[in-house]
Amino acid sequence: MRLNQTRLRMAIAMLLALALTLALAACGSSDDSSSGSTEATSTEGGDEGGGAIVSNPDNSKVTLTVGSKNFTEQIILGEIYAQALEAAGYKVKKDLNLGSETVALKNVKAGTISGYPEYVSTALTSFFGKEPEEVPADATEAYEEAKAEFEKENLTAFPPTPFASANAVGTTVATAEKYGLETVSDLEGVSEKLTLYGSPECRQRIDCLAGLEKLYGLKFKKFTPVDIGLRYTVLDKGQNNLSILFTTDPQLAAESDKYVILEDDKKVFPAGNVIWVTTPKVVEEAGPDYEKTIVQVQEGLNLEVVQELGARVELEKEPAARVAAEYLEAAGYTG
Amino acid sequence: MTSPTVFAAVGEVGKDFFKERTTDTLPCQSTDKLFCWDWARENFDRYETPLRQHVELVLISVAIGFAIAFALALLSHRHRWLRPPFLLGTGVLYTIPSIAFFFLLLPLTGRGRDTAIIALSAYTLQIIYRNTIIGLDNVSKSAVEAARGIGMTDRQILWKVEIPLARPEIFAGLQIATVSTVAIATLATFARGGGLGEPIFGGELGIDFKTNIIIAGGLAVLLAAAFGLLLLWLQRLVTPWRRVETE
Amino acid sequence: MSGLLSQLPFASIDGAIEFIFEPQYSNVTGGNKVGGIDKVVELTINQLQVTVISLAIALAVALPFALYLGHKHKFETLAIAFGNAGRGIPELALIAFMAAAIGVGLLNVAIALAVLGIPPILTNTFVGIHQVDRAAVDAARGMGMTEFEILRKVEIPLAIPTLMGGIRGATIAIVATATIAPLAGYETLGDFIINENVYGENGVLAGAILVALLALALELALAGIQRLLTSPGLKPRPA
Repeated sequence: MRLNQTRLRMAIAMLLALALTLALAACGSSDDSSSGSTEATSTEGGDEGGGAIVSNPDNSKVTLTVGSKNFTEQIILGEIYAQALEAAGYKVKKDLNLGSETVALKNVKAGTISGYPEYVSTALTSFFGKEPEEVPADATEAYEEAKAEFEKENLTAFPPTPFASANAVGTTVATAEKYGLETVSDLEGVSEKLTLYGSPECRQRIDCLAGLEKLYGLKFKKFTPVDIGLRYTVLDKGQNNLSILFTTDPQLAAESDKYVILEDDKKVFPAGNVIWVTTPKVVEEAGPDYEKTIVQVQEGLNLEVVQELGARVELEKEPAARVAAEYLEAAGYTG
Repeated sequence: MTSPTVFAAVGEVGKDFFKERTTDTLPCQSTDKLFCWDWARENFDRYETPLRQHVELVLISVAIGFAIAFALALLSHRHRWLRPPFLLGTGVLYTIPSIAFFFLLLPLTGRGRDTAIIALSAYTLQIIYRNTIIGLDNVSKSAVEAARGIGMTDRQILWKVEIPLARPEIFAGLQIATVSTVAIATLATFARGGGLGEPIFGGELGIDFKTNIIIAGGLAVLLAAAFGLLLLWLQRLVTPWRRVETE
Repeated sequence: MSGLLSQLPFASIDGAIEFIFEPQYSNVTGGNKVGGIDKVVELTINQLQVTVISLAIALAVALPFALYLGHKHKFETLAIAFGNAGRGIPELALIAFMAAAIGVGLLNVAIALAVLGIPPILTNTFVGIHQVDRAAVDAARGMGMTEFEILRKVEIPLAIPTLMGGIRGATIAIVATATIAPLAGYETLGDFIINENVYGENGVLAGAILVALLALALELALAGIQRLLTSPGLKPRPA
């Protein structure tokens, strides 16, 4: 029994030590912000060298939390904005990979993030009840409209990026050739033989399946919901499949012999440039460098660049943080 | 405004920024291959944070679950009428799917690690509670009588006789709860609670990249095995007189 | 603490209940209403369907093995270790892998979920049969029963409480995880939970409530079945 007691004490002491270590670790990690978020890396391109973004010591008193939605392009954009703001001297936290636009916007309103990148078309359709065909084709016009709407909600939006992104019906080159598909309208009479894959919310969205059915009058053999990450996998898996893709997808550039998107001739999928959504309160606290830095760093983001950045993350599986730093340096913003 | 001479060059990435890519020249990680060793070797550090978060989720949840379940067990050991309501309560918490639990908690605790920890701890209660009361029940009457015979108080009997003798079952419960929690904690990402589920769904790596799923899933399996074996070892360490199979 | 600080405005129970019974306005559907009792019933049936198929697969795989091994009293350690190890399967990774490597849709999801159900069924069935009093088995053998009759008329009835414990555990795990099936090509009640853009906050809360109720209802139903199957002389013992 003596021996048992000793062993027991030893075991308890070990468990206590373990618990203590973890408690400390937990305290340490919960400081940087809620879940899964990490402090922006200051190592890469963070030196206050000869880049175009100048670090202003006044900004070091301000902490900004950069948010993003939960897919690759958003995470890259989030990293770019975060690192640019950091280069401008702000203290920056990241809360990327938040979820859908509803969740992201709620976080802006609640002040848990300072802002996040949103597609102006998504803002108009998801938040302000616009029909897809009501979204202005002109980027500036669409931005002005969204900005005005945001202002009514006591939110603000910075000017748009050069590139725009839209959803699109995509398929394999083989399937497109087999049925002679170039536009979405070409699907008439064919769609009954094809299965459409899209994110779970696609089924009911007017800028997705609901719109394809209503505006084009298409009936598909089946709609199957899948995680966004599977949008190309489902095309690889079978013949006669259609999938909802993004026009900025790097796969479309790198594997143009394999995948193709159909022209949206009746405008179910409005294209949108990216705007930074934030609040007047944050703008006031952060000072003039906030908007200046955001607008400045997105100047180089044309479709070609966005696809290249996307290819590095989505195809070559490099970390988004590193890819963003490479962009900032190559474009002369830092370093 | 910064000086215009610098500003002119800014925003242009230059021609050599773009890489030529074709379907044939893409590296392993862009293809449909089952596992890309080179990528895995170079990128393993990307799983360190999820792994650390996962370990924290499990240990904190099981620790909280254990504290509560153990207290409930002692309470209902003395007041036996408490057992049916406790069994029912912990049973209901065990039955509610974790994902549903996360979103039921959302109005109260928002998204984040706390929400994940509350749901995961609630899940462990029944396993630990049940095993603890079974352990206490299994203590032989003669041992308790003997202790009373030498003049021990009820409190002394509980802490010096009953609980030590119930250790095998208690540890078995802890082991089952911990191993299960390791598996279920992969769902914590739906509550934005981090952990090994995060690289799998909706992140920059994603569900279509099999190497990623194998690494993240594999780490969860290894972690479950490590915790399982550690607790088995601890159980043997503290109860050398008895070997009990876990359920 | 961070979670408490980051409290966000969220749905109300009233709103969620309304969503369950009446279709509601949605921002993104071009005027089509979402939710309502018809959709709830449809998705509930879907979730039950994938649960039943997956449970059937798990039973078909695990039961014969477990009955045979339990009857022969073979591989005790292995059967028990398998059950414990099975609890450590990260189901999220399994479903993701299945979707990426093999395909999506009802059958693929059902197979991935069945993997979750096999360990508890196998282990509990084995333990249940293995624990049956040898004297009872010997008596039956003495009466001239064949081995199959012994299994069917003596061992299985005596093992019902433990055996059903395994099936209940498997069912709860399967129905819970079927919630994420909409990410792998099959719409269940999880559709409400993951599509806040379409269904709104109330829809998400409604989804969580419905999933919880469905799991509790299944557990209750199985407990009832167990009671019916258990011969009067036996009281359920904790599994």
